[in-house]
Amino acid sequence: MRFAKIDWALAAILGAMTIGVAACGSSSSSSSNLPTTIGAGEGQLNLVAWEGYAQPEWVKPFEAATGCQVHAKYAGSSDEMVTLMRQGGGGQYDMVSASGDASLRLISGGNLQAMNVNLVPEWKNFIPQLQSPRHNTVNGVHYGISLQWGPNTLLYNAKTVKPAPTSWESIYNPKYKGSVTVPANPIQIADAALYLSKTQTSLGITDPYELTEAQLNAAVNLLKQQRPLIKKYWTAAADEVELFKNGDAVIGAAWPLQTNNLQADKVPVSELIPAEGATGWADTWMLAAHAKHPNCAYKWVNWVSTPKVQAEQAISFGETPANTKACPFMEQIKKGSCLKYHANAPSAYFESIKFWKTPVKDCGNGKTDCTDYSVWQKKWTEVTA
Amino acid sequence: MNGAVRTRVSAALFRRPWLRAGLLLSGPAAWFVLIYLAALFLLFLSALWSVDSFSGKIVHSWTLTNFETLFKVPAYRTIALRTIGIAAAVTVTDILLAVPFAFFAARIAPKRLRAVLFVAVLIPLWSSYLVRVFAWRLILAKDGILNWFLGKIGLGSLNIGYSNWAMWIVFSYIWLPFMILPVWAAIERVPDSFLEASADLGARGLRSFRLVLLPLILPGIVAGSIFTFSLTLGDFITPTLVGGAGSTFIGNVVYQEVGIANNVPFAAAFATVPLVIMGFYLLVARRLGAFQAL
Repeated sequence: MRFAKIDWALAAILGAMTIGVAACGSSSSSSSNLPTTIGAGEGQLNLVAWEGYAQPEWVKPFEAATGCQVHAKYAGSSDEMVTLMRQGGGGQYDMVSASGDASLRLISGGNLQAMNVNLVPEWKNFIPQLQSPRHNTVNGVHYGISLQWGPNTLLYNAKTVKPAPTSWESIYNPKYKGSVTVPANPIQIADAALYLSKTQTSLGITDPYELTEAQLNAAVNLLKQQRPLIKKYWTAAADEVELFKNGDAVIGAAWPLQTNNLQADKVPVSELIPAEGATGWADTWMLAAHAKHPNCAYKWVNWVSTPKVQAEQAISFGETPANTKACPFMEQIKKGSCLKYHANAPSAYFESIKFWKTPVKDCGNGKTDCTDYSVWQKKWTEVTA
Repeated sequence: MNGAVRTRVSAALFRRPWLRAGLLLSGPAAWFVLIYLAALFLLFLSALWSVDSFSGKIVHSWTLTNFETLFKVPAYRTIALRTIGIAAAVTVTDILLAVPFAFFAARIAPKRLRAVLFVAVLIPLWSSYLVRVFAWRLILAKDGILNWFLGKIGLGSLNIGYSNWAMWIVFSYIWLPFMILPVWAAIERVPDSFLEASADLGARGLRSFRLVLLPLILPGIVAGSIFTFSLTLGDFITPTLVGGAGSTFIGNVVYQEVGIANNVPFAAAFATVPLVIMGFYLLVARRLGAFQAL
């Protein structure tokens, strides 16, 4: 590692140069010239994806069927996804599985191009809330095809954590000092805000992503109290799995993916959505403005929208498919999974999740005194440094 | 080229040694200037730019905001001090481990054993850095080998996985060979007669060590410390893998700012901090004669 410093200098310069180039090759994504047919595949598809979103289970058959070789780069946070899509002038990756807190940043940054939903027949079978949601459709222009959605859950070791937790309170409880793990992600502030919105109603938090300075400070204070309890802020899902496997963590905030992986390894863990509710994600496959393999990209969104692949991914990751026809396929793979992941009656459940979105100054109630994401990032650095 | 020209060229080169040296060095020098110095220069330059927070694009106008943030936000001060503190702790630990080892290896061990020890010091360097750090992660984990062993001998368990203690141990282990080798070389160079004379004049072992050996091997120790200190200072992988909450290093912030926050100018600004620290360190090291020991 003697060259670490030099490497960084080089990386910084390369980064600076590529961004300079990006600044020149500016952003224009007009909706008028949408493709009307899907042409022949380009033989390749480069994806930025969440861990677990490009499993061989559905990637291999896709490659065989279309000839598009999939190269997936896993990103650990929405911030990383935005950065990956912007670096190198944006031509390096074709698609990104962006969550709601990255999608609007990418759209307004000019990093995406509009997509023609008519080229994705399964789109009509999506639950109505995910056909043209605010996080991927702007002024009627679609910037992507919804994929899956789900909650951030409370994961715990059922052997050591007794009685079973019912509230997010347990990840702020000194009882578990040194055994708590939460994501290394500024959006984690929203989890604290959600908890406070139910436990300290005097703060008047109605939306965990729309926080005034006072409300933000309350959430940050809670996180600062939590800091001594934390074993590690996890950056990759695999990290958290290892923490639970080796007994270093017994409780923490997680995705259902970790629960599935740990249970497959016979670690005695359980998960739940606590009484306060949960934050969550609604992901969209979005097409880069300068995508080099747009035909493969359209083939890919069609592939992952089919009920069968929707079902495979839903069960593999532990989330809810956007396609309402996925239920019977889920039952085929695993009995009871349709009910477990709410694929049959999703509407009320959908409304109960506070989906990730980028905090902005506009509070959504006419006021503009909310804290934006750059403030959140600074506060998060303060908490975790 | 015909013979006459060749003779003239070689004669010209023979008469002008500077030209000969110039031709010989031009390749490496160009490499050094273009790849290394130009990169450093660009690093300083981009530290003075900023990023538009909305579009994520670099604004090419001069500003000192990045450095202002570095000094004003307490979090970055904490991170810088932690990095320097652990680098110093690792250096001291490695000195304490390396000096007795090198003394034994260079002066006491029989020739055969000496060769074995030399190989033993070098062998870890043959395996990947990452593999060794991951191995430590498993050793120090709560249900890991260390606690299993401590439990077996009835000492309870230590909860040091994913902490600054873990980082200290792993860094000390990883960089130890870089301390042992220069110290070994320095001890080997001290003539036996010096220590014999010291003993003849009545000095016991410890006194001989303090008054005779230590001053003579100090340049070697300082040379080793340049490695252990600077390598720790610039690392970001060990903190990521074995560090816990509150183990962020300067390198981690640089990595996050480039790869996650897309703020290259701020990353460049923070990256200049270890450069400046090492600059001072090298100046002091030169005064202590470390460069003669390399």
